[in-house]
Amino acid sequence: MTTTRRGLPTAEATTANAAMAPERSHADEHEHQAVPSDPALRVRALETLLVEKGLIDRAALDALIDTYEHKVGPRNGARVVAHAWSDGAYKQRLLSDPDSAIAELGYGGLQGEHMVVVENTPSVHNLIVCTLCSCYPWPVLGLPPVWYKSAPYRSRAVIDPRGVLREFGLELADNVELRVWDSTAELRYLVLPERPAGSERLSEEALASLVTRDAMIGVARAGAPRAESRG
Amino acid sequence: MNGVHDMGGMHGMGAIQPEENEPVFHAPWEGRAFAVTRAMGAWRLWSLDGARAQRESIPPVDYFRMSYYERWIAALVELMLRNDLVTRSELERGSPEEGSAIRTPPLTADKVPRLTATGVSARRDVPVAARFQIGQRVRARTMNPVGHTRLPRYVRGRAGAIAQDHGVFLFPDTNAYLLGEKPQHVYSVRFCAPDLWGEHAAAQDSVYVDLWDDYLEPA
Repeated sequence: MTTTRRGLPTAEATTANAAMAPERSHADEHEHQAVPSDPALRVRALETLLVEKGLIDRAALDALIDTYEHKVGPRNGARVVAHAWSDGAYKQRLLSDPDSAIAELGYGGLQGEHMVVVENTPSVHNLIVCTLCSCYPWPVLGLPPVWYKSAPYRSRAVIDPRGVLREFGLELADNVELRVWDSTAELRYLVLPERPAGSERLSEEALASLVTRDAMIGVARAGAPRAESRG
Repeated sequence: MNGVHDMGGMHGMGAIQPEENEPVFHAPWEGRAFAVTRAMGAWRLWSLDGARAQRESIPPVDYFRMSYYERWIAALVELMLRNDLVTRSELERGSPEEGSAIRTPPLTADKVPRLTATGVSARRDVPVAARFQIGQRVRARTMNPVGHTRLPRYVRGRAGAIAQDHGVFLFPDTNAYLLGEKPQHVYSVRFCAPDLWGEHAAAQDSVYVDLWDDYLEPA
């Protein structure tokens, strides 16, 4: 197999007609060259067919794509984290009843129906993975990045989590307990990162800007505030 | 099934390759593949577990050759064929059979905000007794089902402790094939890293895996 990043159009142009009919033999494939091998053409042909058959509504597709390209993403999760850093009572609710606490800020829904929030502390670090596929908390983080869905991350996050963190530039001290959460069921996980030192006087909005997607997966820490924004 | 999708603990997969400023979709077709798959799911002729099972049954060589959304489309096509939503000849020529019924899509644009904001819960509000208590030692069963399961190979036969009871959820192994929801408790089970990987794993580290009652036995 290749270790190049998956998901780039250039990597897919070479794939065969397998998606249309995986069990078809090569001989058959040559007989049916009308079936496009390029995934872009193939998906377009499939969409057209399904629209013509009344199986899907094109406007619904546009709305779905717009939702996850423009409305739902890691900024949602960053606001949740920043609010938890700013409001101790909210943080307690977030840890004890995450679904309600996240809904307080207006987030929730598909692939985040049942949330678990795990808190990083000076002595505990948390890391999220889905070894079986790509389970990820969509309402707060959006759709997962390619590396999260890739074989290297899924295979190693459970057997060599400290090596994985090192690869992301995060060296974990031996006295820190590392907890890896494998999303094998319908619970979806969010890491509550440690609030960075020097961020005491920042507004909630400024705090949110320090919270990266990677920090909420657990492969990074929340960013340090820039010198000029320190109080 | 003991497929290549069950990757936890495998070696040789290479370096992780994060991408700076990664777009949500790398090409428009990925977004269309994502949305077509979600929209077809609204027919409710298969479950999310069923869609996962279909993706897992892609032969290993193809699984690794395909990108993520190519797998989605490959699985979707199989599910649609099996449920008589499309025919093979329609896929080949790209248009409906003459005289075939034109249906009404269940997911329209006006329903998308509700779907995305509410989601589809797999939790079931039924009284089912928990077989295990928080703190109890348990062992993940040694089993090798040929069908869909969410019990990863790397914990089978290994002992851990119940860390949390998440409540009652439908059971993927049967729900994938619409053979019943079989609602039961799901627990967060804590496995000490050395119990999974051997003495070289950091003793203070652990892996938490969400496991259904049927996957567990007392240790």
